Amino acid sequence: MADARPKRRTWEVVSERLIEFAIRVCGISAVLFVFGIFFFVFREGAPFLFGGLNLGQFLFSTEWYPTSHSNVRYGVGALIVGTFSVTALAMAIAVPFGLGAAIFVSEFCGKRTRESLKIIIELLAAIPSVVWGFIGISVMNPLIQDVFHAPVGLNVLNGAILLALMSVPIMVSIGEDALKAVPDTYREAALALGATRWQTVYRVLLPAAKSGLLAAVLLGVGRAVGETMAVLMATGHAVNIPKSLFDPVRTLTATIAAELGEASVGSDHYRVLFIIGILLFTITFIVNLSADLVVRGIRRRN
Amino acid sequence: MRTKLISTLLIGIASIGIAFVSCKKKEEAPAPGSAAPPPPPAAAKKETVQNIGSDTMVNLAQAWAEEYAKIDPNVSVEVSGGGSGVGIAALINGTADVANASRKLEPEEVEKAKAAHGGKEPQEFMVGYDGLAIYVHKANPLEEITMEDLGEIYREGGKTEKWAQVGVKSIPGAKDGNIIRVSRQNNSGTYHYFRETVVGKKSDFKSGSMDMNGSKEVVELVAKTPGAIGYAGLGYATGEVKILKVSKKKGEPAIKPANATVLDKTYPISRPMFMYTPGEPSPGVKKYLEWIMTDAGQKIVEQSGYVPLAKK
Repeated sequence: MADARPKRRTWEVVSERLIEFAIRVCGISAVLFVFGIFFFVFREGAPFLFGGLNLGQFLFSTEWYPTSHSNVRYGVGALIVGTFSVTALAMAIAVPFGLGAAIFVSEFCGKRTRESLKIIIELLAAIPSVVWGFIGISVMNPLIQDVFHAPVGLNVLNGAILLALMSVPIMVSIGEDALKAVPDTYREAALALGATRWQTVYRVLLPAAKSGLLAAVLLGVGRAVGETMAVLMATGHAVNIPKSLFDPVRTLTATIAAELGEASVGSDHYRVLFIIGILLFTITFIVNLSADLVVRGIRRRN
Repeated sequence: MRTKLISTLLIGIASIGIAFVSCKKKEEAPAPGSAAPPPPPAAAKKETVQNIGSDTMVNLAQAWAEEYAKIDPNVSVEVSGGGSGVGIAALINGTADVANASRKLEPEEVEKAKAAHGGKEPQEFMVGYDGLAIYVHKANPLEEITMEDLGEIYREGGKTEKWAQVGVKSIPGAKDGNIIRVSRQNNSGTYHYFRETVVGKKSDFKSGSMDMNGSKEVVELVAKTPGAIGYAGLGYATGEVKILKVSKKKGEPAIKPANATVLDKTYPISRPMFMYTPGEPSPGVKKYLEWIMTDAGQKIVEQSGYVPLAKK
C-alpha cells in the first residue's frame, strides 16, 4: 500500500478530458468563424479583385453604374463618403450622450434610479434595426422636413440620429462597466483630498477608465459602420457626395443589401458586391486594430 | 461579467438560428420546381405553382392567384416578388414554375434557361400592359412634361436640375427648387425599361437619384417630398400623388396614361407584361395561364390598375 492516493475512475478522467476539449473548441471557434467568413467572402470577390477591377477607380470614383448597358463603372467613392459621413455624425451625437449617461448611471444616481435606467437602456438596445428604419421613414422623415425645412426627410441627419440611438445603449453599458471597474480606493482618495464629485469624475475616474471608455466608443463605431437595415431605409439611398446634413446618401452596407439579391451569381456585379464586403471587413479591422494599439499605448504610459 | 454573459447568450441564439435555417434548407432541397413531390396518400393531388418575379406585377399576380384559388382549388399559386431579375433567375435555376417579368428575356437569358432545362426554350405569355406613370407631389403645379425634359432630368449629363427649368416657379415646401429624382434599384425591370425608353438606350441615369426598392416606396416617397419626381407603374397611383401627362415632343399633345392611350400606344411610356415558363407548361400551369387570358382574368388586370390585352 505504497500509493495511498485514491484512484480516479476511468470515466471520470475521460469525461474531464472531453469537457476540457469541448471548452477549448468553444474558445477557438470564434477564430474559425472569422476566418471562415473572411475566406468565403474573399473567394467570391477574388476572381474580379485580381482580374479586371481597376482598384483606383473602385476606391475613388463616385460613379456607380454596375448594370449600365453602355459603360459599366464600379466606383464606390461616394458610398465610402456616405458611410463615413453618417457614422461620423452619429458618433458626434452618440458619444456625448452615451458617455454622459454612463457617468450618470455609474457615479451620480441613486441605486433605484440606476436599476430602472439600466433596464430601460437595455430595452433600447433590443429594438430591431428594421423598426428603427421604420421610425426613420414614418416619424423622422416628416419631422426633419418640418423642423429644418429640408427638401428631403430621408438624409444623412435622419440616418445619423437613428444610428446614434442604436449605438448609445452599447456605449452606456460598456462605459458603465469601465467606470465601475475603477477601484473604490481612487474615489475615496479623491474625496479625502477634498475633490468635488465632478472633479473626481473629470480628474480621476475618466483618466483611469480611459481604455474601457475608448472601447465603448469604438464598439459604437463598429455598430454604426456595419448597420444596414436602418440606414438603407432612412438615408434616402442616393449615390451622392453629401454637401449638407440634409442630402440623401447611400452607404456600403445598404448597397450590398439592396443589390445582392438581384445580381446574377458569378457576374462582375456580384463579385464587386463581395469586394465591398472585403472593404467593410478591412475598415472594421483597421478600427479595431487602432483601438487596440491606442489602448496598449495608454497602458504602457501608465 | 454581465456583458460577457449577454454576449455568450447572443452567440448561442445566433448559432441556434443558423442551425435552424440550414435544417430548413435541407428539408426544402429535394423538391425543386415542378419535380413531383411524393403524393400525399389520402388528399386529392394538389399542385403548387411557384410564381416569382416582377415587383410591378406582384399585386396583380397575387390578385390572380387569389381569384384562381376559388375556381380551381386543386391548384395553389404561390406568388412572390423581388423584381423581374429575381424571377428570371428563378426560372433559370428551376425554383419558379412561372416567372413574371415586366421586360422581355434577353438573348443570353434565353440561352441560360435552355442550357438549364435540357434545350427547352422558355415560353412567353403576354398577359397585359403597364403604363409607367410619372408622379409628382400634389402641391406641384406642373401638369404635363415632355419626354425630352424627362430625359434631361434623369440622364447622366442632363442639364435640368431645377424645377424652374421646366417652367415651375415655386412649389410650396420645396424652397430651393431642386428636382429630387426618385428612381429604382439598378436591377429592377422598371429601371431598365425607363432607361431604355426615357433616358436613352446608350445612356445612364444621373447619379444622386434616390433609388427605392419597390414601386410602392417610390410613390410613397414622392407623396411626402414636395420637390420630388418619380416613375412607377400606373397601378401604384394613390390619391396622395399627382400623375403628369406626357408628350412625345414639345408642341405635341400631352397624353394622360389610361387604358385607351396605353393600348393605342399614344401614351409614350407603356410596356407589355409577360409571364414565362421553362419549356412547355404543365397541364395545371397551362390551364392557369389560359384562364389569365380569359375575360375573367383580364378583368382583374383592369381592377389592379393595369391595362388588359386588346379583345380579339
